[in-house]
Amino acid sequence: MNTTALKDLLYRLADDQLILGHRNSEWNGLGPILEEDIAFSSMAQDKLGHSLQLYTLLHNLGEAEPDTVAFTRNAPQFHCTQLVELPIGDYAFSLIRHFLYDHAELLRFQLLATSSYEPLAQVARKLKGELKYHVLHANTWVKQLGTSTEEAIEMLQTALNETLPYALGLFEKTEHEEAIIADGIFPGEDELKAQWLESISKVLAQTNLELPDLSTVAPVYGGRHGEHTEHLQPLLDEMAEVFRLDPTADW
Amino acid sequence: MYGSVSTHDIPAQAPTGLENEDPQLLAEFEARIARGEKIEPDDYMPALYRKQLIRMIEQHAHSEIIGSLPEGTWITRAPGFRRKMAQMAKVQDEVGHAQLLYSAAETLGKTREEMITDLINGKSKYSNVFNYPTPTWADSNVISWLIDAGAIVNQMANAKGSYGPYCRALERICAEESFHLKYGHDAVVHMATGTPTQRRMMQEALNRWWPPIMTFFGPADKMSQHTEILMRWKVKMASNDDCRQQFLDMYVPKILEIGLTIPDPKLRKNEETGKWEYTEPDWDELRRVINGDGPCNKERLAVRRAAEENGAWVRRALQAKQQAAKHVRPLA
Ligand SMILES: [Fe+2]
Ligand SMILES: [Fe+2]
Ligand SMILES: [Fe+2]
Repeated sequence: MNTTALKDLLYRLADDQLILGHRNSEWNGLGPILEEDIAFSSMAQDKLGHSLQLYTLLHNLGEAEPDTVAFTRNAPQFHCTQLVELPIGDYAFSLIRHFLYDHAELLRFQLLATSSYEPLAQVARKLKGELKYHVLHANTWVKQLGTSTEEAIEMLQTALNETLPYALGLFEKTEHEEAIIADGIFPGEDELKAQWLESISKVLAQTNLELPDLSTVAPVYGGRHGEHTEHLQPLLDEMAEVFRLDPTADW
Repeated sequence: MYGSVSTHDIPAQAPTGLENEDPQLLAEFEARIARGEKIEPDDYMPALYRKQLIRMIEQHAHSEIIGSLPEGTWITRAPGFRRKMAQMAKVQDEVGHAQLLYSAAETLGKTREEMITDLINGKSKYSNVFNYPTPTWADSNVISWLIDAGAIVNQMANAKGSYGPYCRALERICAEESFHLKYGHDAVVHMATGTPTQRRMMQEALNRWWPPIMTFFGPADKMSQHTEILMRWKVKMASNDDCRQQFLDMYVPKILEIGLTIPDPKLRKNEETGKWEYTEPDWDELRRVINGDGPCNKERLAVRRAAEENGAWVRRALQAKQQAAKHVRPLA
Protein backbone atom coordinates (compact mmCIF):
# COMPACT_ATOMS: atom_id res chain seq x y z
CA MET A 1 0.00 0.00 0.00
CA ASN A 2 1.22 3.49 -0.88
CA THR A 3 1.62 5.06 2.58
CA THR A 4 2.42 8.53 1.30
CA ALA A 5 -0.80 8.55 -0.69
CA LEU A 6 -2.75 7.20 2.27
CA LYS A 7 -1.36 9.85 4.60
CA ASP A 8 -2.16 12.56 2.08
CA LEU A 9 -5.78 11.40 2.05
CA LEU A 10 -5.96 11.21 5.84
CA TYR A 11 -4.58 14.72 6.23
CA ARG A 12 -7.17 16.07 3.82
CA LEU A 13 -10.00 14.42 5.74
CA ALA A 14 -8.70 15.29 9.19
CA ASP A 15 -7.83 18.90 8.41
CA ASP A 16 -11.27 19.53 6.88
CA GLN A 17 -13.00 18.21 9.98
CA LEU A 18 -10.76 20.07 12.41
CA ILE A 19 -11.10 23.43 10.72
CA LEU A 20 -14.84 23.20 10.10
CA GLY A 21 -15.36 21.97 13.65
CA HIS A 22 -13.46 25.01 14.87
CA ARG A 23 -15.54 27.33 12.69
CA ASN A 24 -18.85 25.75 13.74
CA SER A 25 -17.91 26.23 17.38
CA GLU A 26 -17.74 29.97 16.76
CA TRP A 27 -21.55 29.97 16.60
CA ASN A 28 -21.66 29.71 20.37
CA GLY A 29 -23.80 32.57 21.62
CA LEU A 30 -24.50 33.86 18.12
CA GLY A 31 -27.11 31.50 16.67
CA PRO A 32 -30.47 32.77 15.38
CA ILE A 33 -32.19 30.62 18.01
CA LEU A 34 -30.71 28.83 21.03
CA GLU A 35 -31.47 25.45 19.49
CA GLU A 36 -29.11 26.27 16.63
CA ASP A 37 -26.31 27.34 18.98
CA ILE A 38 -26.66 23.92 20.51
CA ALA A 39 -26.88 22.07 17.20
CA PHE A 40 -23.81 23.76 15.76
CA SER A 41 -21.93 23.04 18.97
CA SER A 42 -22.88 19.34 18.82
CA MET A 43 -21.71 19.09 15.26
CA ALA A 44 -18.52 20.95 16.10
CA GLN A 45 -17.79 18.47 18.87
CA ASP A 46 -18.42 15.56 16.52
CA LYS A 47 -16.13 17.05 13.89
CA LEU A 48 -13.36 17.65 16.37
CA GLY A 49 -13.77 14.07 17.53
CA HIS A 50 -13.65 12.81 13.93
CA SER A 51 -10.50 14.73 13.19
CA LEU A 52 -8.91 13.34 16.35
CA GLN A 53 -9.65 9.78 15.22
CA LEU A 54 -8.11 10.50 11.83
CA TYR A 55 -5.02 12.17 13.34
CA THR A 56 -4.71 9.10 15.54
CA LEU A 57 -4.61 6.92 12.41
CA LEU A 58 -1.86 9.21 11.12
CA HIS A 59 -0.01 8.92 14.41
CA ASN A 60 -0.16 5.14 14.07
CA LEU A 61 1.44 5.60 10.66
CA GLY A 62 4.37 7.47 12.22
CA GLU A 63 3.16 11.08 12.25
CA ALA A 64 3.39 13.24 15.40
CA GLU A 65 0.85 13.26 18.26
CA PRO A 66 -2.62 14.59 17.34
CA ASP A 67 -2.20 17.67 19.56
CA THR A 68 1.13 18.51 17.96
CA VAL A 69 -0.21 17.98 14.46
CA ALA A 70 -3.34 20.04 15.07
CA PHE A 71 -1.92 22.84 17.19
CA THR A 72 1.56 23.52 15.82
CA ARG A 73 1.40 23.44 12.02
CA ASN A 74 1.09 26.58 9.94
CA ALA A 75 -1.31 27.25 7.08
CA PRO A 76 0.89 26.00 4.21
CA GLN A 77 1.10 22.63 5.97
CA PHE A 78 -2.66 22.24 6.05
CA HIS A 79 -4.51 20.14 3.49
CA CYS A 80 -8.03 21.38 4.12
CA THR A 81 -10.17 22.82 1.38
CA GLN A 82 -10.64 26.58 1.44
CA LEU A 83 -14.37 26.03 1.98
CA VAL A 84 -13.93 25.10 5.63
CA GLU A 85 -11.59 27.93 6.56
CA LEU A 86 -13.86 30.80 5.47
CA PRO A 87 -15.24 32.82 8.43
CA ILE A 88 -18.70 31.83 9.65
CA GLY A 89 -20.32 34.82 7.96
CA ASP A 90 -24.07 34.96 8.34
CA TYR A 91 -26.24 32.01 9.24
CA ALA A 92 -27.22 31.51 5.58
CA PHE A 93 -23.59 30.97 4.60
CA SER A 94 -22.83 28.70 7.54
CA LEU A 95 -25.94 26.62 6.85
CA ILE A 96 -25.18 26.26 3.14
CA ARG A 97 -21.56 25.39 3.85
CA HIS A 98 -22.71 22.80 6.35
CA PHE A 99 -25.18 21.40 3.80
CA LEU A 100 -22.68 21.19 0.95
CA TYR A 101 -19.85 19.88 3.10
CA ASP A 102 -21.72 17.28 5.11
CA HIS A 103 -23.40 15.72 2.07
CA ALA A 104 -19.93 15.20 0.62
CA GLU A 105 -18.53 14.00 3.92
CA LEU A 106 -21.25 11.43 4.55
CA LEU A 107 -20.84 9.99 1.06
CA ARG A 108 -17.07 10.02 1.44
CA PHE A 109 -17.21 8.00 4.61
CA GLN A 110 -19.78 5.64 3.16
CA LEU A 111 -17.30 4.96 0.36
CA LEU A 112 -14.46 4.63 2.84
CA ALA A 113 -16.39 2.05 4.86
CA THR A 114 -15.15 -0.55 2.39
CA SER A 115 -11.63 0.87 2.09
CA SER A 116 -8.80 -1.61 1.64
CA TYR A 117 -7.08 0.13 4.56
CA GLU A 118 -8.97 -1.57 7.35
CA PRO A 119 -8.23 0.91 10.19
CA LEU A 120 -9.73 3.69 8.06
CA ALA A 121 -12.67 1.50 7.04
CA GLN A 122 -13.38 0.89 10.71
CA VAL A 123 -13.33 4.59 11.57
CA ALA A 124 -15.50 5.35 8.54
CA ARG A 125 -18.13 2.82 9.58
CA LYS A 126 -18.35 4.53 12.96
CA LEU A 127 -18.37 8.11 11.70
CA LYS A 128 -20.93 7.72 8.96
CA GLY A 129 -23.58 7.10 11.61
CA GLU A 130 -22.94 10.51 13.17
CA LEU A 131 -22.60 12.24 9.83
CA LYS A 132 -26.08 11.05 8.91
CA TYR A 133 -27.45 13.30 11.63
CA HIS A 134 -25.44 16.24 10.38
CA VAL A 135 -26.91 15.77 6.92
CA LEU A 136 -30.38 15.36 8.35
CA HIS A 137 -29.95 18.60 10.26
CA ALA A 138 -28.74 20.46 7.18
CA ASN A 139 -31.56 19.08 5.02
CA THR A 140 -34.22 20.01 7.56
CA TRP A 141 -33.06 23.61 7.72
CA VAL A 142 -32.41 24.04 4.02
CA LYS A 143 -35.87 22.69 3.24
CA GLN A 144 -37.50 24.70 5.98
CA LEU A 145 -35.90 28.05 5.17
CA GLY A 146 -35.69 27.35 1.45
CA THR A 147 -39.48 27.19 1.22
CA SER A 148 -40.33 30.03 3.59
CA THR A 149 -40.12 33.79 3.13
CA GLU A 150 -38.78 35.51 0.04
CA GLU A 151 -36.14 37.07 2.24
CA ALA A 152 -34.86 33.72 3.52
CA ILE A 153 -34.91 32.14 0.08
CA GLU A 154 -32.88 35.01 -1.30
CA MET A 155 -30.36 34.79 1.53
CA LEU A 156 -29.88 31.07 0.95
CA GLN A 157 -29.69 31.42 -2.83
CA THR A 158 -26.98 34.07 -2.54
CA ALA A 159 -25.08 31.89 -0.10
CA LEU A 160 -25.43 28.89 -2.40
CA ASN A 161 -24.13 30.79 -5.42
CA GLU A 162 -21.18 32.16 -3.49
CA THR A 163 -20.28 28.95 -1.69
CA LEU A 164 -20.51 26.53 -4.59
CA PRO A 165 -17.08 27.29 -6.11
CA TYR A 166 -15.48 26.58 -2.74
CA ALA A 167 -17.54 23.43 -2.24
CA LEU A 168 -16.26 22.09 -5.56
CA GLY A 169 -12.81 22.51 -4.07
CA LEU A 170 -13.67 19.53 -1.86
CA PHE A 171 -13.07 17.30 -4.87
CA GLU A 172 -9.68 18.70 -5.79
CA LYS A 173 -7.33 15.86 -6.67
CA THR A 174 -3.77 15.53 -5.54
CA GLU A 175 -0.89 13.79 -7.27
CA HIS A 176 -1.80 10.67 -5.26
CA GLU A 177 -5.28 10.25 -6.73
CA GLU A 178 -4.40 7.32 -8.99
CA ALA A 179 -2.50 5.48 -6.29
CA ILE A 180 -5.37 5.87 -3.84
CA ILE A 181 -7.80 4.39 -6.35
CA ALA A 182 -5.41 1.65 -7.53
CA ASP A 183 -4.80 0.53 -3.94
CA GLY A 184 -8.51 0.35 -3.25
CA ILE A 185 -8.23 2.90 -0.45
CA PHE A 186 -10.84 5.23 -1.90
CA PRO A 187 -12.76 5.13 -5.22
CA GLY A 188 -11.74 8.70 -6.08
CA GLU A 189 -12.95 12.29 -6.15
CA ASP A 190 -14.85 12.01 -9.46
CA GLU A 191 -16.98 9.19 -8.13
CA LEU A 192 -17.64 11.12 -4.93
CA LYS A 193 -18.50 14.31 -6.76
CA ALA A 194 -21.05 12.54 -8.97
CA GLN A 195 -22.78 11.04 -5.95
CA TRP A 196 -22.70 14.37 -4.12
CA LEU A 197 -24.29 16.23 -7.01
CA GLU A 198 -27.14 13.76 -7.09
CA SER A 199 -27.56 13.90 -3.35
CA ILE A 200 -27.73 17.71 -2.98
CA SER A 201 -29.87 18.06 -6.10
CA LYS A 202 -32.54 15.84 -4.58
CA VAL A 203 -32.83 18.06 -1.53
CA LEU A 204 -32.64 21.35 -3.42
CA ALA A 205 -35.41 20.13 -5.72
CA GLN A 206 -37.73 20.23 -2.70
CA THR A 207 -37.02 23.92 -2.13
CA ASN A 208 -37.32 27.18 -4.04
CA LEU A 209 -33.55 27.25 -4.43
CA GLU A 210 -31.80 26.71 -7.72
CA LEU A 211 -28.54 24.91 -8.14
CA PRO A 212 -26.41 26.90 -10.61
CA ASP A 213 -25.23 25.02 -13.68
CA LEU A 214 -22.00 23.47 -12.46
CA SER A 215 -20.35 23.73 -15.88
CA THR A 216 -20.41 27.50 -15.40
CA VAL A 217 -18.83 27.40 -11.95
CA ALA A 218 -15.04 27.48 -11.63
CA PRO A 219 -13.95 25.41 -8.62
CA VAL A 220 -11.65 27.05 -6.08
CA TYR A 221 -8.68 24.72 -5.81
CA GLY A 222 -5.42 24.99 -3.89
CA GLY A 223 -6.35 23.97 -0.36
CA ARG A 224 -5.27 20.36 -0.86
CA HIS A 225 -1.84 21.67 -1.84
CA GLY A 226 -1.36 24.09 1.03
CA GLU A 227 -2.68 27.20 -0.70
CA HIS A 228 -5.13 28.91 1.59
CA THR A 229 -7.15 32.06 2.01
CA GLU A 230 -5.95 34.81 4.32
CA HIS A 231 -8.39 33.44 6.91
CA LEU A 232 -6.61 30.20 7.80
CA GLN A 233 -3.44 31.46 9.48
CA PRO A 234 -5.27 33.77 11.92
CA LEU A 235 -7.57 30.86 12.79
CA LEU A 236 -4.55 28.66 13.52
CA ASP A 237 -2.86 31.39 15.55
CA GLU A 238 -5.98 31.72 17.65
CA MET A 239 -6.30 27.97 18.07
CA ALA A 240 -2.70 27.69 19.27
CA GLU A 241 -2.64 30.86 21.38
CA VAL A 242 -2.69 29.09 24.74
CA PHE A 243 -0.99 25.90 23.59
CA ARG A 244 2.05 27.93 22.49
CA LEU A 245 2.32 29.92 25.74
CA ASP A 246 4.22 27.06 27.27
CA PRO A 247 4.98 24.20 24.89
CA THR A 248 6.40 22.14 27.77
CA ALA A 249 3.16 22.32 29.74
CA ASP A 250 0.46 19.74 30.15
CA TRP A 251 -2.81 21.61 29.91
CA MET B 1 -24.25 27.64 35.65
CA TYR B 2 -25.46 30.00 37.47
CA GLY B 3 -27.47 30.80 40.44
CA SER B 4 -30.22 33.24 40.41
CA VAL B 5 -28.93 36.62 41.11
CA SER B 6 -29.11 38.63 44.12
CA THR B 7 -30.33 42.05 44.93
CA HIS B 8 -33.08 41.86 42.38
CA ASP B 9 -34.84 38.79 43.59
CA ILE B 10 -36.03 40.82 46.50
CA PRO B 11 -38.87 43.29 46.14
CA ALA B 12 -37.88 46.85 46.83
CA GLN B 13 -40.82 47.50 49.10
CA ALA B 14 -42.91 45.33 51.32
CA PRO B 15 -44.91 42.95 49.13
CA THR B 16 -48.16 44.41 47.97
CA GLY B 17 -50.99 42.98 45.95
CA LEU B 18 -51.87 40.27 48.41
CA GLU B 19 -54.99 42.25 49.31
CA ASN B 20 -56.37 41.28 45.89
CA GLU B 21 -55.94 37.57 46.55
CA ASP B 22 -58.80 35.37 47.65
CA PRO B 23 -57.95 34.72 51.32
CA GLN B 24 -59.12 31.12 51.22
CA LEU B 25 -57.18 30.25 48.06
CA LEU B 26 -54.17 31.99 49.50
CA ALA B 27 -54.40 30.02 52.72
CA GLU B 28 -54.71 26.73 50.81
CA PHE B 29 -51.76 27.71 48.63
CA GLU B 30 -49.61 28.42 51.66
CA ALA B 31 -50.71 25.20 53.31
CA ARG B 32 -49.74 23.19 50.23
CA ILE B 33 -46.29 24.76 50.23
CA ALA B 34 -45.91 24.15 53.95
CA ARG B 35 -46.73 20.47 53.32
CA GLY B 36 -43.93 20.36 50.73
CA GLU B 37 -46.21 20.06 47.70
CA LYS B 38 -45.13 21.48 44.37
CA ILE B 39 -47.13 24.20 42.65
CA GLU B 40 -47.85 23.42 38.99
CA PRO B 41 -48.53 25.87 36.12
CA ASP B 42 -52.32 25.51 36.14
CA ASP B 43 -52.66 25.72 39.92
CA TYR B 44 -53.78 28.81 41.73
CA MET B 45 -50.89 31.06 42.73
CA PRO B 46 -50.80 34.65 44.01
CA ALA B 47 -49.84 37.22 41.41
CA LEU B 48 -46.84 38.19 43.51
CA TYR B 49 -45.59 34.59 43.55
CA ARG B 50 -45.91 34.38 39.76
CA LYS B 51 -44.12 37.68 39.31
CA GLN B 52 -41.23 36.79 41.62
CA LEU B 53 -40.77 33.41 40.01
CA ILE B 54 -40.76 34.77 36.48
CA ARG B 55 -38.18 37.32 37.52
CA MET B 56 -36.02 34.74 39.22
CA ILE B 57 -36.17 32.01 36.55
CA GLU B 58 -35.73 34.55 33.80
CA GLN B 59 -32.64 35.99 35.49
CA HIS B 60 -31.30 32.50 35.90
CA ALA B 61 -31.89 31.76 32.20
CA HIS B 62 -30.20 35.01 31.16
CA SER B 63 -27.27 34.16 33.43
CA GLU B 64 -26.81 30.86 31.61
CA ILE B 65 -26.90 32.40 28.17
CA ILE B 66 -24.75 35.44 29.01
CA GLY B 67 -22.57 33.19 31.15
CA SER B 68 -21.80 31.05 28.11
CA LEU B 69 -20.05 34.03 26.49
CA PRO B 70 -16.90 34.51 28.63
CA GLU B 71 -16.04 30.81 28.51
CA GLY B 72 -17.29 30.54 24.95
CA THR B 73 -14.61 32.92 23.73
CA TRP B 74 -12.02 30.37 24.94
CA ILE B 75 -13.40 27.46 22.90
CA THR B 76 -11.40 28.54 19.88
CA ARG B 77 -8.26 28.89 22.01
CA ALA B 78 -8.53 25.91 24.34
CA PRO B 79 -5.17 24.12 24.41
CA GLY B 80 -5.35 20.63 22.94
CA PHE B 81 -8.11 18.33 21.75
CA ARG B 82 -9.20 17.20 25.19
CA ARG B 83 -9.76 20.71 26.55
CA LYS B 84 -11.21 22.01 23.32
CA MET B 85 -13.89 19.34 23.19
CA ALA B 86 -14.67 19.56 26.89
CA GLN B 87 -14.92 23.36 26.78
CA MET B 88 -17.35 23.11 23.86
CA ALA B 89 -19.48 20.53 25.63
CA LYS B 90 -19.49 22.55 28.84
CA VAL B 91 -20.52 25.78 27.18
CA GLN B 92 -23.12 23.96 25.12
CA ASP B 93 -24.62 22.63 28.33
CA GLU B 94 -24.98 26.17 29.62
CA VAL B 95 -26.93 27.20 26.54
CA GLY B 96 -29.03 24.09 27.07
CA HIS B 97 -29.70 25.25 30.62
CA ALA B 98 -30.93 28.58 29.30
CA GLN B 99 -33.26 26.73 26.99
CA LEU B 100 -34.67 24.62 29.84
CA LEU B 101 -35.11 27.64 32.07
CA TYR B 102 -36.81 29.78 29.45
CA SER B 103 -39.25 26.92 28.98
CA ALA B 104 -39.84 26.74 32.74
CA ALA B 105 -40.45 30.50 32.87
CA GLU B 106 -42.78 30.30 29.88
CA THR B 107 -45.11 28.08 31.93
CA LEU B 108 -45.76 31.21 34.00
CA GLY B 109 -46.95 33.19 30.99
CA LYS B 110 -44.00 35.14 29.63
CA THR B 111 -42.61 34.12 26.23
CA ARG B 112 -38.94 33.53 25.47
CA GLU B 113 -39.04 36.36 22.94
CA GLU B 114 -40.33 38.77 25.60
CA MET B 115 -37.67 37.66 28.06
CA ILE B 116 -34.84 38.04 25.56
CA THR B 117 -36.16 41.45 24.58
CA ASP B 118 -36.08 42.50 28.24
CA LEU B 119 -32.54 41.16 28.54
CA ILE B 120 -31.33 43.15 25.56
CA ASN B 121 -33.07 46.30 26.75
CA GLY B 122 -31.41 45.97 30.12
CA LYS B 123 -34.81 45.62 31.80
CA SER B 124 -34.03 42.26 33.31
CA LYS B 125 -30.78 41.26 34.91
CA TYR B 126 -28.31 38.41 34.97
CA SER B 127 -25.57 37.30 37.32
CA ASN B 128 -23.15 40.13 37.98
CA VAL B 129 -20.05 37.95 37.65
CA PHE B 130 -20.39 37.74 33.88
CA ASN B 131 -19.71 41.42 33.59
CA TYR B 132 -16.08 40.80 34.47
CA PRO B 133 -13.48 40.01 31.82
CA THR B 134 -11.79 36.65 31.19
CA PRO B 135 -8.42 37.79 29.85
CA THR B 136 -6.72 34.37 30.02
CA TRP B 137 -7.44 30.68 29.72
CA ALA B 138 -6.94 30.43 33.47
CA ASP B 139 -9.81 32.87 34.05
CA SER B 140 -12.06 30.61 32.05
CA ASN B 141 -10.97 27.67 34.21
CA VAL B 142 -11.68 29.59 37.40
CA ILE B 143 -15.21 30.25 36.16
CA SER B 144 -15.71 26.61 35.21
CA TRP B 145 -14.70 25.51 38.65
CA LEU B 146 -15.66 28.13 41.19
CA ILE B 147 -18.57 29.95 39.58
CA ASP B 148 -20.14 26.63 38.70
CA ALA B 149 -19.45 25.52 42.27
CA GLY B 150 -21.26 28.59 43.56
CA ALA B 151 -24.09 27.94 41.16
CA ILE B 152 -24.47 24.41 42.44
CA VAL B 153 -24.76 25.61 46.04
CA ASN B 154 -27.51 27.97 44.94
CA GLN B 155 -29.31 25.61 42.63
CA MET B 156 -29.29 22.63 44.97
CA ALA B 157 -31.09 24.85 47.45
CA ASN B 158 -33.55 26.18 44.88
CA ALA B 159 -34.28 22.69 43.55
CA LYS B 160 -36.14 22.14 46.80
CA GLY B 161 -38.34 25.15 46.13
CA SER B 162 -42.07 25.14 45.56
CA TYR B 163 -42.53 25.63 41.82
CA GLY B 164 -42.60 22.25 40.06
CA PRO B 165 -41.29 23.15 36.57
CA TYR B 166 -38.38 25.16 38.02
CA CYS B 167 -37.42 22.39 40.44
CA ARG B 168 -37.46 19.78 37.70
CA ALA B 169 -35.34 21.98 35.42
CA LEU B 170 -32.89 22.54 38.27
CA GLU B 171 -32.55 18.83 38.96
CA ARG B 172 -31.49 18.21 35.38
CA ILE B 173 -29.22 21.23 35.45
CA CYS B 174 -27.51 20.23 38.70
CA ALA B 175 -26.67 16.82 37.27
CA GLU B 176 -24.79 18.51 34.42
CA GLU B 177 -23.26 21.13 36.68
CA SER B 178 -21.53 18.43 38.67
CA PHE B 179 -19.69 17.44 35.47
CA HIS B 180 -18.72 21.06 34.95
CA LEU B 181 -17.37 21.17 38.44
CA LYS B 182 -15.17 18.13 37.77
CA TYR B 183 -14.04 19.58 34.48
CA GLY B 184 -13.25 22.97 36.02
CA HIS B 185 -11.46 21.44 38.98
CA ASP B 186 -9.35 19.24 36.74
CA ALA B 187 -8.39 22.17 34.51
CA VAL B 188 -7.48 24.37 37.51
CA VAL B 189 -5.46 21.59 39.16
CA HIS B 190 -3.51 21.02 35.95
CA MET B 191 -2.45 24.64 35.87
CA ALA B 192 -1.99 25.18 39.59
CA THR B 193 0.37 22.20 39.74
CA GLY B 194 1.93 22.76 36.32
CA THR B 195 4.83 24.79 34.99
CA PRO B 196 5.76 28.15 36.59
CA THR B 197 3.97 30.00 33.77
CA GLN B 198 0.81 28.01 34.37
CA ARG B 199 0.94 28.49 38.13
CA ARG B 200 1.41 32.22 37.77
CA MET B 201 -1.48 32.45 35.27
CA MET B 202 -3.77 30.55 37.61
CA GLN B 203 -2.91 32.57 40.71
CA GLU B 204 -3.44 35.83 38.84
CA ALA B 205 -6.79 34.62 37.55
CA LEU B 206 -7.91 33.63 41.03
CA ASN B 207 -6.83 37.04 42.34
CA ARG B 208 -8.95 38.72 39.67
CA TRP B 209 -11.96 36.51 40.29
CA TRP B 210 -12.05 36.34 44.06
CA PRO B 211 -13.89 39.64 44.63
CA PRO B 212 -16.63 38.87 42.07
CA ILE B 213 -16.93 35.34 43.51
CA MET B 214 -17.51 36.80 46.96
CA THR B 215 -20.43 38.85 45.63
CA PHE B 216 -21.83 35.96 43.59
CA PHE B 217 -24.45 35.05 46.20
CA GLY B 218 -25.74 38.59 46.47
CA PRO B 219 -25.54 41.23 49.19
CA ALA B 220 -25.20 40.44 52.87
CA ASP B 221 -28.39 39.36 54.62
CA LYS B 222 -28.25 42.42 56.84
CA MET B 223 -28.83 44.51 53.70
CA SER B 224 -31.66 42.46 52.23
CA GLN B 225 -35.18 43.14 53.37
CA HIS B 226 -38.52 41.45 53.01
CA THR B 227 -37.23 38.03 52.09
CA GLU B 228 -39.52 36.51 54.68
CA ILE B 229 -42.51 35.93 52.42
CA LEU B 230 -40.30 34.60 49.61
CA MET B 231 -38.78 32.14 52.03
CA ARG B 232 -42.21 31.10 53.31
CA TRP B 233 -43.37 30.53 49.72
CA LYS B 234 -40.19 28.60 49.02
CA VAL B 235 -39.21 30.90 46.20
CA LYS B 236 -35.98 31.76 47.92
CA MET B 237 -34.59 28.75 49.73
CA ALA B 238 -31.40 29.87 51.41
CA SER B 239 -30.12 33.24 52.49
CA ASN B 240 -27.26 34.87 50.59
CA ASP B 241 -24.95 34.64 53.60
CA ASP B 242 -25.78 30.97 54.19
CA CYS B 243 -24.91 30.14 50.60
CA ARG B 244 -21.69 32.13 50.84
CA GLN B 245 -20.70 30.34 54.06
CA GLN B 246 -21.46 26.95 52.54
CA PHE B 247 -19.38 27.78 49.48
CA LEU B 248 -16.42 28.89 51.61
CA ASP B 249 -16.70 25.77 53.75
CA MET B 250 -16.56 23.54 50.71
CA TYR B 251 -14.05 25.31 48.50
CA VAL B 252 -11.52 27.28 50.53
CA PRO B 253 -9.77 24.05 51.64
CA LYS B 254 -9.77 22.75 48.07
CA ILE B 255 -8.24 25.96 46.76
CA LEU B 256 -5.50 25.98 49.39
CA GLU B 257 -4.85 22.27 48.90
CA ILE B 258 -3.56 22.83 45.36
CA GLY B 259 -1.14 25.53 46.46
CA LEU B 260 -3.09 28.63 45.49
CA THR B 261 -3.51 31.56 47.83
CA ILE B 262 -6.69 33.52 48.36
CA PRO B 263 -6.29 37.29 48.07
CA ASP B 264 -8.10 38.21 51.27
CA PRO B 265 -5.88 38.71 54.35
CA LYS B 266 -8.94 38.69 56.61
CA LEU B 267 -10.28 35.36 55.43
CA ARG B 268 -10.38 32.91 58.30
CA LYS B 269 -12.77 30.54 59.92
CA ASN B 270 -13.79 31.64 63.38
CA GLU B 271 -13.59 28.41 65.35
CA GLU B 272 -15.97 29.68 68.02
CA THR B 273 -18.81 30.74 65.75
CA GLY B 274 -17.98 28.22 63.04
CA LYS B 275 -18.38 31.04 60.53
CA TRP B 276 -16.03 32.40 57.91
CA GLU B 277 -14.88 35.97 58.36
CA TYR B 278 -13.79 37.96 55.35
CA THR B 279 -13.19 41.42 54.04
CA GLU B 280 -16.55 43.03 53.44
CA PRO B 281 -17.14 42.85 49.67
CA ASP B 282 -17.69 46.12 47.85
CA TRP B 283 -21.49 46.13 47.73
CA ASP B 284 -21.60 49.49 45.99
CA GLU B 285 -19.61 48.02 43.17
CA LEU B 286 -21.99 45.05 43.02
CA ARG B 287 -24.94 47.41 42.73
CA ARG B 288 -23.18 49.45 40.05
CA VAL B 289 -22.26 46.38 38.02
CA ILE B 290 -25.70 44.80 38.24
CA ASN B 291 -27.22 48.06 37.12
CA GLY B 292 -25.14 48.13 33.99
CA ASP B 293 -21.85 49.76 34.85
CA GLY B 294 -19.45 46.82 34.97
CA PRO B 295 -16.38 46.29 32.80
CA CYS B 296 -18.18 44.06 30.28
CA ASN B 297 -21.92 44.81 30.50
CA LYS B 298 -22.03 46.68 27.21
CA GLU B 299 -19.95 44.11 25.39
CA ARG B 300 -22.05 41.16 26.62
CA LEU B 301 -25.35 42.76 25.71
CA ALA B 302 -23.99 43.95 22.38
CA VAL B 303 -23.12 40.36 21.47
CA ARG B 304 -26.59 39.18 22.45
CA ARG B 305 -28.25 42.06 20.60
CA ALA B 306 -26.22 41.42 17.45
CA ALA B 307 -27.14 37.74 17.57
CA GLU B 308 -30.81 38.64 17.84
CA GLU B 309 -30.63 41.13 14.99
CA ASN B 310 -28.59 38.92 12.69
CA GLY B 311 -30.89 35.97 13.29
CA ALA B 312 -34.16 37.89 12.94
CA TRP B 313 -34.67 36.78 9.34
CA VAL B 314 -34.46 33.15 10.42
CA ARG B 315 -37.06 33.61 13.14
CA ARG B 316 -39.32 35.48 10.71
CA ALA B 317 -39.00 32.58 8.27
CA LEU B 318 -39.80 30.01 10.96
CA GLN B 319 -42.78 32.03 12.08
CA ALA B 320 -44.10 32.21 8.53
CA LYS B 321 -43.74 28.44 8.23
CA GLN B 322 -45.51 27.90 11.51
CA GLN B 323 -48.35 30.19 10.64
CA ALA B 324 -48.70 28.38 7.35
CA ALA B 325 -48.89 25.14 9.32
CA LYS B 326 -51.53 26.75 11.54
CA HIS B 327 -49.49 26.60 14.69
CA VAL B 328 -50.16 29.52 16.94
CA ARG B 329 -47.24 29.65 19.31
CA PRO B 330 -44.36 31.79 18.10
CA LEU B 331 -40.89 30.38 18.20
CA ALA B 332 -38.42 32.61 19.91
FE1 LIG C 1 -25.50 26.06 33.80
FE1 LIG D 1 -22.14 25.00 34.43
FE1 LIG E 1 -23.51 18.93 26.24
